[in-house]
Amino acid sequence: MSIINLTIDNKKVSIEKGQTILDAAKKVNVRIPTLCHHEDLCVAGNCRVCVVEVEGSKTLSASCAVPAEDGMVVKTNTPKVRNARKDIVALLVSEHNTQCTTCYRSMNCELQALSAEYNIDNNRYLSVLKPNIEIDRSSWSIEKDDSKCVRCQRCVRTCAELQHVNALTVSGKGKDMKISTFMDLPLNEAICTNCGQCVIHCPTGALTERRYFDRVWEAIGNEKKHVVINTAPSVRVAIGEMLGYPVGSRVTGKMVTSLKRLGVDSVLDTDFSADLTIVEEGYELLQRLRKALVENDTSIKLPMITSCSPGWVKFIEHIFPEHLGHLSTCKSPQQMFGALSKTYYAEKKGIDPKDIVSISIMPCAAKKFEANRPEMNDSGYRDIDAGLTTRELGHMINQAGLNFAELEDSEFDSIMGESTGAGAIFGATGGVMEAALRTAYELVTGRDVPFDNLNILPVRGMEGIKEAAIKLENCLPDWSFLEGVELKVAVAHGLINARKIMDQVAAGKSPYHFIEVMACPGGCIGGGGQPIPTNDEIRKKRAEAIYEEDMNMPVRKSHKNPEIIKIYKEFLKEPLGEVSHRLLHTSYKKRNHY
Amino acid sequence: MIQTKNLVKELVDKHGCSRNNLLPILQGVVADENYLTEKAMVEVAKALDLSSAEVYGTASFYSYLFTKPVGKNVIRVCKTISCKMSGKQKIVQAIEKLLKIKMGETTRDKQFTLIESNCLGWCHKGPVMLVNDDVYSEITPEKAIDIIRDLDPKHLTDF
Ligand code: SF4
Ligand code: SF4
Ligand code: SF4
Ligand code: FES
Ligand code: FES
Repeated sequence: MSIINLTIDNKKVSIEKGQTILDAAKKVNVRIPTLCHHEDLCVAGNCRVCVVEVEGSKTLSASCAVPAEDGMVVKTNTPKVRNARKDIVALLVSEHNTQCTTCYRSMNCELQALSAEYNIDNNRYLSVLKPNIEIDRSSWSIEKDDSKCVRCQRCVRTCAELQHVNALTVSGKGKDMKISTFMDLPLNEAICTNCGQCVIHCPTGALTERRYFDRVWEAIGNEKKHVVINTAPSVRVAIGEMLGYPVGSRVTGKMVTSLKRLGVDSVLDTDFSADLTIVEEGYELLQRLRKALVENDTSIKLPMITSCSPGWVKFIEHIFPEHLGHLSTCKSPQQMFGALSKTYYAEKKGIDPKDIVSISIMPCAAKKFEANRPEMNDSGYRDIDAGLTTRELGHMINQAGLNFAELEDSEFDSIMGESTGAGAIFGATGGVMEAALRTAYELVTGRDVPFDNLNILPVRGMEGIKEAAIKLENCLPDWSFLEGVELKVAVAHGLINARKIMDQVAAGKSPYHFIEVMACPGGCIGGGGQPIPTNDEIRKKRAEAIYEEDMNMPVRKSHKNPEIIKIYKEFLKEPLGEVSHRLLHTSYKKRNHY
Repeated sequence: MIQTKNLVKELVDKHGCSRNNLLPILQGVVADENYLTEKAMVEVAKALDLSSAEVYGTASFYSYLFTKPVGKNVIRVCKTISCKMSGKQKIVQAIEKLLKIKMGETTRDKQFTLIESNCLGWCHKGPVMLVNDDVYSEITPEKAIDIIRDLDPKHLTDF
């Protein structure tokens, strides 16, 4: 790599050849405004907000797209540059349905921030907003409002580059150009996984999650209703970002207190049902291995693949409908929680399940869709009444006027509030695998998984596809058929990587026994319902916080969770038993691929 | 349906199944079926392993690939400045009157669709109109009517 030297605003900077002017500016803390640019995505260079002056060039250069060159002299804040940016932003605003007072993204919108920064008051351009643009609210998860779209195509690049779903495209051209689905179908009819990655990459209010927090306020206000909330592992390491904390802060105790202050009757933990998922899924894996290896049952599909990411589940239903047999039949922790909240919990607490409103707080947009899947009513009621994102909870806390920083810490309520470090790491890519291995290895051998401090480092980190192998030795008598077997596992996150893993499975060439897939890059900590912005650096910090959370837990193996032991004794009887099958497992649906 | 499927298969065999072959395949479908049906776009997506949205996005970018039904004959009148100044509006009016449709519409018998086009590169000989693949320059309302009647004599009587 050759190093080049240039000057930006009179500051000298050395940078690797191939980097852009924008990269170089960041290195010397010169902030250049951007709009179509996003760290996660390829360069588009279509908005021109990032223009700068380069000495010797007649025209302004888009700094996000132009490579830095040796000897370049760049000025980022001249009158010419400022005027150009002001004009560009003003033109965008002239096509924009500027409704900040009623907009969900207000105060967290890049267009709004740019307009403020460049003072687009008394805009001298006429509004040329197209009339009668309808908001698409057909999907349970995603809301699309083209009148607020700046056509930066971040969503299109996200859906293509990170997810390889390509549900969104650019249709038409010139003034008719817009972001659309196939034939401009409503989103619920498009091949969309509901992952919400387009939402967290959209700079404006054009793509947002469907919001359900008003329903929650209503339930809380209704004295007859008993509101239970479960909060996912990755929410507690991200929600602080919306409430004045630096990225990567763990605010579990304050989050629990804030929910109690909102008036929720019982604040419970999705980590509990994550632990339950691990036990059920661990046994399912071992059962599959027994059937395949001992009984030579050819109907058994291996590798088994995790099913706790509903964006991933919808993806495989669309793209690999012939391979649904590889999916674990376990419901996601959210849905396990829901089904139990209206059966086991109701019974224990002596509450009529019809009066229970079961809410989940998730880092996810796809969980909204999942909660509304027609089959998710095994408790006899809608198992989950509403799925909210981390962002929605942040709004609710602000709406309630709570001073979050000053809240005391408190513990989750009981029952179904106790959890382990294994449940916590569900929130990061590789976490489900690590938790499953901690449990499965111990079940089979009676010993701790052979990694320092139970930390299975090979499955951690932001590599798109990770692999690990563990040799099973000195197995307990029940599992002697696994003696000497090298258990091979893989972890994929981001649907583009899921597709690679699945291409191998579909070709019959997958070398693995067990695969974890998460739809979102980084796993849930980078989920479509997490605070905006989300990027690599932020994902890493949130993941670190999750692993700290794990290290701070007294119990770090799912099957050792006292409440899990208790629920099997009192209610479920045994993993994969009859009650589990009825409440905790599910089946999948073939959907159209194109 | 079966026909569309076979047509796409033929075109894919002929042009190849990489993404680069998308345009010739779409052109082939339009040449045969006049416009791209939903079904045809899905078939093309399957054959090239693209998402149907990508196929639609590409198709909708090109004015010569229709994603909505059009008549058997497509009349394009140039709307750009030279032709506008040399009287394209009179041509449009004459055609609208003859075919009893407005700009952008298709005749009820599905024989003709009338649309505007951008500059066709014949500015020095405007007004210009393109009927299917044939360019007609320096047209007058009368000439335009003759051209259409040649294609479908039925319109002789209604004028
Ligand atoms: S998208 Fe941004 S600029 Fe547009 S109305 Fe919403 S907050 Fe305002
Ligand atoms: S929907 Fe959002 S991300 Fe997509 S082009 Fe519009 S503004 Fe950009
Ligand atoms: S929700 Fe996911 S799959 Fe659907 S359009 Fe957005 S990025 Fe694509
Ligand atoms: S941010 Fe550089 S062109 Fe959009
Ligand atoms: S303006 Fe009509 S052909 Fe150029």
